[in-house]
Amino acid sequence: MATSFTFTITDPEGMHARPAGKVVEKAQSYQSAITLTVGDKTVDAKRIFGVMGLGAKCGDAITVAIDGEDETAAAAEFEAFLKENL
Amino acid sequence: MRKIQGTGVSAGVAIGTIHVLESGDGSVERRVVADPAAEVQRFRAARDTAIVELGKLRDKTAAELGEGKAELFDAHRLMLKDPDYVESIEGMITTSSVNAEFAVNGTAEQFAAMFAAMDDSYMQARAADVRDVSKRVIRILGGHDTADQNPDGPHIIAADDLTPSETVQLDRSKVLGFVTAKGSANSHTAILARTMGLPAVIGLGNDFDPEDDGKMAIVDGSAGLVLVDPDQESLKSYQAKKKGYEDHLRLLQELKGKPTQTKEGQTVRLYSNIGRPSDVTSVLANDAEGIGLYRSEFLYLESEDFPTEDAQFEAYKKVVQKMGDRLVIIRTLDIGADKQVGYFNLKHEDNPALGYRAIRICLTQPEIFKVQLRALYRASAYGNIAIMLPMITSVQEVRDAKKIIEEVKAELRDENIPFNADINVGIMVETPASVVMAPELAKEVDFFSIGTNDLTQYTLACDRQNPNLSRFADPHSPAVLRMIKMTVDAAHAAGIWCGICGELGADLSLTETFLEYGLDELSVSPTSVLPLREAIRER
Repeated sequence: MATSFTFTITDPEGMHARPAGKVVEKAQSYQSAITLTVGDKTVDAKRIFGVMGLGAKCGDAITVAIDGEDETAAAAEFEAFLKENL
Repeated sequence: MRKIQGTGVSAGVAIGTIHVLESGDGSVERRVVADPAAEVQRFRAARDTAIVELGKLRDKTAAELGEGKAELFDAHRLMLKDPDYVESIEGMITTSSVNAEFAVNGTAEQFAAMFAAMDDSYMQARAADVRDVSKRVIRILGGHDTADQNPDGPHIIAADDLTPSETVQLDRSKVLGFVTAKGSANSHTAILARTMGLPAVIGLGNDFDPEDDGKMAIVDGSAGLVLVDPDQESLKSYQAKKKGYEDHLRLLQELKGKPTQTKEGQTVRLYSNIGRPSDVTSVLANDAEGIGLYRSEFLYLESEDFPTEDAQFEAYKKVVQKMGDRLVIIRTLDIGADKQVGYFNLKHEDNPALGYRAIRICLTQPEIFKVQLRALYRASAYGNIAIMLPMITSVQEVRDAKKIIEEVKAELRDENIPFNADINVGIMVETPASVVMAPELAKEVDFFSIGTNDLTQYTLACDRQNPNLSRFADPHSPAVLRMIKMTVDAAHAAGIWCGICGELGADLSLTETFLEYGLDELSVSPTSVLPLREAIRER
């Protein structure tokens, strides 16, 4: 069963290239599969074109789903990371 | 002399020789390859080289321009490693037996088109990132080393468009300024030019002529002008302008970190007005001593529904954390029929300046006010916050607002959420009623901040939006100045401080008057901070 949480972007510039790169690098550090969903669009958090292609803006709510062996630890850490960087 | 009007994206003046950078894009030839598997290997080798190059570029950028700018090249490296990108290129090579250059270019255009189609100018600019990394791979496939196009002497860089990696590879000690045919104000070139403090003019369009290479030119980044083959007269006037600009910059740099104090020892706190969390960068760069007015409206204006408590909390927290122990005064919601937000469902008003707005909304619909107050108090645990209430006209309004504030504090206490219960609460003095009642209001609050724009409008009965009234809407009017003095006197009699957060605070012709009145604080736009400090130190 996947762990999931929702996070709202407060960075006024939204998911632009630099934060997208950081998010992808962080996501790649986990074994679990991670997806990001905004509206009806779902992308792989380990692929930068997918993450940038979300076009997530300030105020958008992103649903993060984490599925895999390290999902519990990953969820808490990844959520804190997103809040810090976006 | 040829005069070209573009868009200035970085201020300053450059005078020098034009050096035109070859645009490396060109057309990519399509060839059929006999051995697609070998071609895939050729692509992988070039891609790996590109990743190594970008790593070096990252380190160079980190050393010269800071870690923040360098992170862009981390994103670029990730693009080259992205499975969607790689699979698309290798798929094209394998299924169509095309050369690697053609497959890279085709894939780049496909991904660039995806970004270009997005309804967001910032994301549209990402199309340039995809093309940039792809051009690098194509260049390596062609067997060219890192393009070293730096000529000997100092020069003005001119190009059709500059990719971020081209921009940072330039020898900065020799670059005087930038000129491009394309580009946007949000492009990396524009951002980097501003970081480097070099003038830049973009969007010259068809007036950009590669034949200008080697010609003398003047770049005026403030006016967005480029003068090719300038005449003696222009050269002379621009040399003077350049010197003035540089002297000014140097002077300002010298004033950073210096106290805002007159020769006689009178001190004024110099704060900044901001509208968004990202403005903090400019506040710190201009050495403001705090934030005197953080307009919280942007959170409401930019979202499609009421911003949640968490979203507001994060936005406030980000600002106060960046400001460290410097004070951040956050003004509560100041929305009305003139700043329309759909989800508020505000009715049309013939006279919105005198209508249902600001504190009037907050006191009528406390459920909206409470969400913001909870976010503000939660953020108070992370820095030095003060709250400021707008559009106050009576003591009762302040008491009503404070009652809601106490309710919010009690809620947070019950929920065991950390906050600072002692943060200061002040009011904007921007209505004639609040000036008249200032002695009574001063007993209720911790500080006053005079909003001179609205105070002028309400005192002189002149609509701010009406251009025909400019001769009557004079903020220098003795009526407005007397209002300011009455407010300061009332504040001081009650032992609280009083500042100005309207545009008038930056008006150097009034600085002496404000010092005489004894204003304790002036909050101005970030770029006005240092000129104002200079003026105060000269008194």
